[in-house]
Amino acid sequence: MTQRLIVSRRALLAGAAGALAMPAIRPAFAQGAPIKVGVLHSLSGTMAISETALRDTVLMMVEDINSKGGLLGRKVEAVVVDPASNWPLFAEKARELLQVHKVDVTFGCWTSVSRKSVLPVYEELNGLLFYPVQYEGEEQSKNVFYTGAAPNQQAIPAVEYLMSDDGGKARRIALLGTDYVYPRTTNRILRAYLNSKGIADADILEEYTPFGHSDWQGIVSRVKRFAGEGKKTAIVSTINGDANVPFYRELGNQGIKAEDIPSVAFSVGEEELAGIDTKPLVGHLAAWNYFMSVDSPVNTEFKKMWASYIKNPKRVTNDPMEATYTGFKMWSQAVTKAGTTAVDAVRQAMYGQQVAAPSGYTEQMFENHHLSKPVMLGEIMENGQFNIVYKTPTAIPAENWSPYIPENANRRKG
Amino acid sequence: MSASLSIQNRLRLGQGALLRGLLLLGLAALALLPVLNRLPPDSALYVSDFVVSVSGKWVCYAILALAIDLAWGYAGILSLGHGAFFALGGYAIGMHLMRLIGPRGVYGHPVLPDFMVFLGWTELPWYWQGFQFFPFALLMALVVPGLLAGVVGYLAFRSRITGVYLSIITQAMTYALMLAFFRNDMGFGGNNGFTDFKELLGMPLNTPGARAALFYAALVALGGSLLLCRHITRSKLGRVLLAVRDAESRVRFLGYDTTRVKLSVFVLSAMLAGLAGALYVPLIGIINPGEFSPGNSIEAVVWVAVGGRGTLAGALVGAFSVNAIKTWLTSFAPDLWLFVLGGLFVAVTLFLPRGLVGLLQKGDGR
Amino acid sequence: MLRVLLVLLVLAVPARAQDAFTTALAGLSGNFTAQAEAVERLGALGDPRALPILQALGEGRLLKRADGVLLLRQGEALREALSGGASTEAGEVLRINNRVRGALRGAFGRLQLLSPVEAERLAAADGLFRSRSAENVAMLEDALGREASARVRPVMELALAASRLAAGEDSAKRQGIILLGGSSSPEARAVLLEARAANAGLAAEIDQAVAAIDRRLQLKRAAETAFQGLSLGSILLLAALGLAVTFGVMGVINMAHGEMVMLGAYTTVVVQEALRGIPALAPLSLPLSVPAAFLVTAAVGVALERGLIRHLYGRPLETLLMTFGVGMILQQSVRLIFGAQNREVVSPAWMQGTLQLPGGIEVTQNRLWIIFFSLVVLGLTVAAIRFTRFGLEMRAVVQNRRIAATMGIRTGRVDAMTFAFGSGIAGIAGVAVSQIDNVSPNLGTGYIIDSFMVVVFGGVGSLAGTMIGALTLGIVNKMLEPWAGAVLAKIAVLVGIMLFIQRRPKGLFALKGRAAEQ
Repeated sequence: MTQRLIVSRRALLAGAAGALAMPAIRPAFAQGAPIKVGVLHSLSGTMAISETALRDTVLMMVEDINSKGGLLGRKVEAVVVDPASNWPLFAEKARELLQVHKVDVTFGCWTSVSRKSVLPVYEELNGLLFYPVQYEGEEQSKNVFYTGAAPNQQAIPAVEYLMSDDGGKARRIALLGTDYVYPRTTNRILRAYLNSKGIADADILEEYTPFGHSDWQGIVSRVKRFAGEGKKTAIVSTINGDANVPFYRELGNQGIKAEDIPSVAFSVGEEELAGIDTKPLVGHLAAWNYFMSVDSPVNTEFKKMWASYIKNPKRVTNDPMEATYTGFKMWSQAVTKAGTTAVDAVRQAMYGQQVAAPSGYTEQMFENHHLSKPVMLGEIMENGQFNIVYKTPTAIPAENWSPYIPENANRRKG
Repeated sequence: MSASLSIQNRLRLGQGALLRGLLLLGLAALALLPVLNRLPPDSALYVSDFVVSVSGKWVCYAILALAIDLAWGYAGILSLGHGAFFALGGYAIGMHLMRLIGPRGVYGHPVLPDFMVFLGWTELPWYWQGFQFFPFALLMALVVPGLLAGVVGYLAFRSRITGVYLSIITQAMTYALMLAFFRNDMGFGGNNGFTDFKELLGMPLNTPGARAALFYAALVALGGSLLLCRHITRSKLGRVLLAVRDAESRVRFLGYDTTRVKLSVFVLSAMLAGLAGALYVPLIGIINPGEFSPGNSIEAVVWVAVGGRGTLAGALVGAFSVNAIKTWLTSFAPDLWLFVLGGLFVAVTLFLPRGLVGLLQKGDGR
Repeated sequence: MLRVLLVLLVLAVPARAQDAFTTALAGLSGNFTAQAEAVERLGALGDPRALPILQALGEGRLLKRADGVLLLRQGEALREALSGGASTEAGEVLRINNRVRGALRGAFGRLQLLSPVEAERLAAADGLFRSRSAENVAMLEDALGREASARVRPVMELALAASRLAAGEDSAKRQGIILLGGSSSPEARAVLLEARAANAGLAAEIDQAVAAIDRRLQLKRAAETAFQGLSLGSILLLAALGLAVTFGVMGVINMAHGEMVMLGAYTTVVVQEALRGIPALAPLSLPLSVPAAFLVTAAVGVALERGLIRHLYGRPLETLLMTFGVGMILQQSVRLIFGAQNREVVSPAWMQGTLQLPGGIEVTQNRLWIIFFSLVVLGLTVAAIRFTRFGLEMRAVVQNRRIAATMGIRTGRVDAMTFAFGSGIAGIAGVAVSQIDNVSPNLGTGYIIDSFMVVVFGGVGSLAGTMIGALTLGIVNKMLEPWAGAVLAKIAVLVGIMLFIQRRPKGLFALKGRAAEQ
């Protein structure tokens, strides 16, 4: 709406200025001008640890597509900026990508707050953002495609598994998380889910810690005490990336074995484990939509591509990287289908688009802008990889508006 | 601090004609930006929305830099917690903007902001009352930082905590506030803070028109702050401030109540920082606890150092130049910008103790 | 020839047992439920042949060949699990999950309870305690009769008590309850509570036993909280000690101090990786990292002091800003050299796990070592300042630079060495921090403010103050945490320090004299 207003006003001004002001109309992108892909991931500051790998993934995909002749016969060019883990800077850089560099699509953001920060910019300027990380849901924008998991594609199946025979029949759950919106929302959904399965509030422990929390002694002892009430206990961890290393170390050192108190994490992947000695952690779980250890032809291809791009045998692949890969593939398919990079056309072309993802499943983009994804549970192995102990039979569509949040009933539609 | 510095300063006040001219020219050029934004996009003089919104941000930062300069450059109070005052001002306006969303939020709740609704809150906390009124919010954007500065400053100055100790205490203050605002239980939206603003004073945000209006508001505030600071630094109070900075005990022995002098300038400086924050938030569209991070406050101090402390022009030059470099480098050299910026801080403190402005002034002052 | 005979023998002899043992074995290649049941059955059968197969399953060395035959992998060699014959054809590794792993623990318990190796018996008894089944009572009674080890006996007794609790008759259960109630183990408490639901008739006895355990646990918890506080304090102490030297003694505000800690941690990574190929030195990589980290950060410290800081003496606020810039540069350099990702630091075996103190108090080994280490570093620092020539010169320069210079002390050199010394200590702190925290380029930012707080709180220039300040803050923080949560506890401590400093601006241990003014 606003967009049209600006355009018309500009057109008016242009008309008033007449031909005088425009001696030579700058040619619109000639056929063959590169297609621009913005990369909006933090390369410095606290989030660099996770986000640099995603920048590399996008650059790898760009290189790959160019080696295959580009897109629509045009070269694809990446524009990398550094929003430096600074949320307002994310908004500024997003505007810069859209208005100065005129990118056709952006791959970016990791934290929810960075996405919330750029969202108004993408909506105002009608840009296109691919967001590759699992998140709390409760959002849907026509300018964003969410290629990570919504809570029903990660959290609920994980807890279901913990309560199953195979998972150890947990009847008491400790919800540990970093104090921000993703853990808070996820735990709220999980609490409602657990209550609906007959687990009382007394059997649920909810604890939050600040970002980068490094002293877990007290909380781990508290979990031990919580577990000592005679019911099988499990930990559900929404602890944010960086704080996991000291958490796991403390878990290992206080002798909490996965056979006794298994923990399932939603933010711990291969990359996080690369920083820890995993021997004491064998058997603890993570829930994702992809593991590097997935045995599928597409994954073999993906891993080969990554190894030859990054040239470091130690670097692993992980779920958000897979989501970036899948998102990029999907976008390039949609552009091919639409025959243009124009946002509205690409958006329409995205709906129903399918990609054979490295997860080994065919994932589809739905009109709720979320991807259908399989859910997998992996147990940590000694080599820092995951032993997949459970997979859903099919890819599950996302419920970005959780039925376990009662307020969603009053939600304004559209 | 040597006494020669204060003499320099007096010289500087008289010498600044060239500088003042450049400054006015710069501000006038800034004022033109939103106009140029309305030109057709293919005109040679056209500036994009991006430039307008980025320079609007810089204008807010310049007010913050002025506030820091007033306290540090003139009264010798190096606060490493001005980011906190800035953020508090921003939060005050942010609360107003959240209240204005009203039933247009995702969940359609008439009063509660979205983040409260989906975390299961049922009632608006008492400290959110009153923020539906713009004048109240604006007042709070000034009063809350002022009050905090008053309490911290009173306790510190009364016990004659100066120099580095004061810096460390103010740093701890902003760090503690950051931790507090990160807590979702505080009712300020936790890590996500406030976003998704719709309108201000009946004007829908996220339009070029609104951005231009906010830009001019910030520019006017900058001009006003500049005049206010100029007035203060040229008054008798300004001279006492310089004296306090250079030899506090002597001033005290002369019978001045230095605690009161410092406290009043510290509170005023905090209020200016709050004002900057209040202007910044609607322009940027987000406020979150990251603004309290100690690094932000130090960075703001570095702007002043780079520009040249103890001169009002220096604060502005520093804020604009450092941020311009940062904006440019984070796109141009995303892997290397920290080297350049870090190197700049080192070089300026080593080779340009009077900052960039010192380069322009006549004589080296020694 | 011999092998053929052996194979024939193996195939012929268990023809009777074919039914139970081999059918159970077949379950190992099924799904997790089938696996767990097979493991339990194999444990119950007590056939010693099961042991190597189950061990291989637990260690991921059991494979299933395409024709369904189970293979054991030993090093590079593959042999058939039942026949022992070599296999040229490989197979698919059988994966297990937590449930199977738990079942394995119980099976090992039964199979190894009479093992000649003490550690295996201990693990077996623990496994039986956790799997607690009435079937094990007779077995445990028998084993307990033969057991001589004082380490194994109490665990076996607990296992027996827990197994009795699962038995049919009330009298056996009562015996179990009394025995469990006499322990001070949280696990025993959990077992009792679990049994309470199933045994309404024994609720009163169980409650009594639980209450007895709780009384003992209370003391244990207090001791553990104190230990946790001490541990946090020791880390604060390590991080702050270097700052106490550079800031406290020299008055230099080094905002890059956290980055020095980070460099120390990265030195640990480099040393570890360099020594990985040398088997004789690899286990010593952590102790060897200490001098290495000291030297690396001290060298960076000298370069920083001589190259930059020296030009800014007497201008502490400028030093602060400049070192902030240096910190940015150091951080980004490390990020470009080592990557933004966390680096792995392996803890040596002697730093892993928990240590049981009398009274059932459990302390984690790594933290115990760090507490010890921090005190050693503190002692050495004090000794260096008190008893060495360098320390004497350093104190002289601090007290009166000009007079020290006239006495022939090269003050510039002393400055450089003092700064190097402080930086070196920060590097050593990095070695310790690498054992509990992430090793990432951002590591330093988490420690800088806390370190300043400790130094200011303890009293600038006083090492004793730094120590007492660090330990006090650690313990207060941990005492508040259960009440207020981690965040509020930290905020409360920060506000507390701010208020304290305005009461006593010079900290706990104020230096007197000229040096304190400035």
